[in-house]
Amino acid sequence: MVRSPESPVLSISGLVKDVGPLPTLDGKMLRVVSGLSLVAERGQVTALLGANGAGKTTTIECAQGLQKRTHGSISLLGEDPDTAGAALRARVGVMLQDGGLPPSARPIPLLKHIAGMYQDPWPVGELIERLGIDTFSRTSVRRLSGGQKQRLALAAALVGNPEVLFLDEPSAGLDPQSRQLVFELISELRNRGMGIVLTTHLMDDAQRLADYVYIIDAGRNVAEGTVAQLLQHPLPPEAGEQHIRTLLFETDPGLDFTGVLPDGVNVTEARAGSYAATGALTAADLAAITAWWAARGIMPRSLSLEARSLEDVFLDISGREIR
Amino acid sequence: MTSDSAALGSAPPGSARPVSAAPDRSPGSAPAPLLRRIALQGKYETITMLRNGEQLILAVVLPLLAMVGLTVTPLLDGFGASRINVAVPGILALCAMSTAFTGQGISTGFDRRYGVLRFLSTTPLGRTGLIAGKVLAVLAVLALQVLVVTAVALLLGWQPDPLGWAPGLALLVLGAAAFTALGLLVAGTVRPEATLAITNLLWILLGALGGIVIPAERLPALLESIVHFLPSGALGQAMREAFLSGTVSPVPVLVLLLWTAIAGGAATRWFKWN
Repeated sequence: MVRSPESPVLSISGLVKDVGPLPTLDGKMLRVVSGLSLVAERGQVTALLGANGAGKTTTIECAQGLQKRTHGSISLLGEDPDTAGAALRARVGVMLQDGGLPPSARPIPLLKHIAGMYQDPWPVGELIERLGIDTFSRTSVRRLSGGQKQRLALAAALVGNPEVLFLDEPSAGLDPQSRQLVFELISELRNRGMGIVLTTHLMDDAQRLADYVYIIDAGRNVAEGTVAQLLQHPLPPEAGEQHIRTLLFETDPGLDFTGVLPDGVNVTEARAGSYAATGALTAADLAAITAWWAARGIMPRSLSLEARSLEDVFLDISGREIR
Repeated sequence: MTSDSAALGSAPPGSARPVSAAPDRSPGSAPAPLLRRIALQGKYETITMLRNGEQLILAVVLPLLAMVGLTVTPLLDGFGASRINVAVPGILALCAMSTAFTGQGISTGFDRRYGVLRFLSTTPLGRTGLIAGKVLAVLAVLALQVLVVTAVALLLGWQPDPLGWAPGLALLVLGAAAFTALGLLVAGTVRPEATLAITNLLWILLGALGGIVIPAERLPALLESIVHFLPSGALGQAMREAFLSGTVSPVPVLVLLLWTAIAGGAATRWFKWN
């Protein structure tokens, strides 16, 4: 995917956001975003990937004009979100992490009400059908499941047919069917030219949806690129060769693989009979291990080969410690 | 708005449900006109308020009960007018406090908790439209309260000074402005549970001892001097004066204007949207 230099929907440069003063920091300010930059294009899904507390939500809330930035510049469809008026807000759809829908409201009147704020809204009936809201259209927001609320919040963000769509943790609380539905819609909107900016802490979301990923850690950019580019991110020196892979298989417990595979490959038995061989595995190594099984009459119950995942890249970059 | 975005008219393969009428417009929308947005929000909030049973009790049932109570007890005797004539202007003032301060404050507090204010402020409605919509809803509900209270009061024999209507209704709007500003100040600065407690408690305290339905002269001496400077006392006094004699004195009007300005300024300064 080529990052075109002309007219991005969102461009953030050197964003700094301090919050506080906080009593937990002896009345000092906390810097939650420190010098973050990103660009989001029309017709693409741009993902901000990071752990909880990395500053993703703060960043997009500054872009939406919900929070005032401390330093830096933000251009949303060519305007400063802090001073923008209704005309800009009509071109931007927002789905907040906590939904932001009144608990006593019922889906259809609520969507119709929001649609009234626009000159040419997306027909509410279409949205209701598309997002499967018809199945719970008579239930008040407070009685909806997490996934239903999330779908309604997405509909509310889309009802103005925006040019830019912000989704804060869009797959939170979604069951697999809803997730599929939402992901298909997001892809379709992207193909229609909408610029979509989403935050997620789920690698799978980024891997399935994003055209371009910014990995955020402690309020900073730590890596960026397409998913394919990120997967080629150089490994830390201790990981050795780049083509690191994991071979997972299940067979008889307690086997000793010493001498079967080269030195660089470690075989561990996580549970009895469940093995993982990790390292610079080659085709010859696969041949060696299957020949070894064949010679002993061993047939594995399962066998799979995993390449490096975005999760590994993320953990390599942002560190593996829990914080 | 973008011509380069080719419209996808059909669902992607394996779509969970058929897209019967796939929108083929390209993304981009314009806001509805400002006044329409505000009117819509006002209507929406009015309906929400009227659907809320607890708020209806506070807005209509309790003021009506208080009105009947004041006409069957001697509390308001000795003011040179019938009990009902002294009571009704104060009851109308109480209605303004119910809706603008307690009702509106509580709903704004919980809207803030649930992120409703943040979400709506990202739509074309915006923060200003949101506040304007709330003011409109307060005025609409207050108008309904005035109709109901007036109808019951006339049945009970209320004889307002005909010259009192114009200044009386104007004062009611001013009182609603002061109480709306105070309600927003509370709702925007403390947790919604605290807003609930504060606005309900103040409704009872100001209702009973704030000079709103019971004239300041009837209260203990210590309270009497303070009450004139409270929004409740100023509104109650001015309303009684208007409907009893058709006149308006400047001091209570000034007190209400000051409360509106100070609370409005403070709410603008300290209101936390999230």
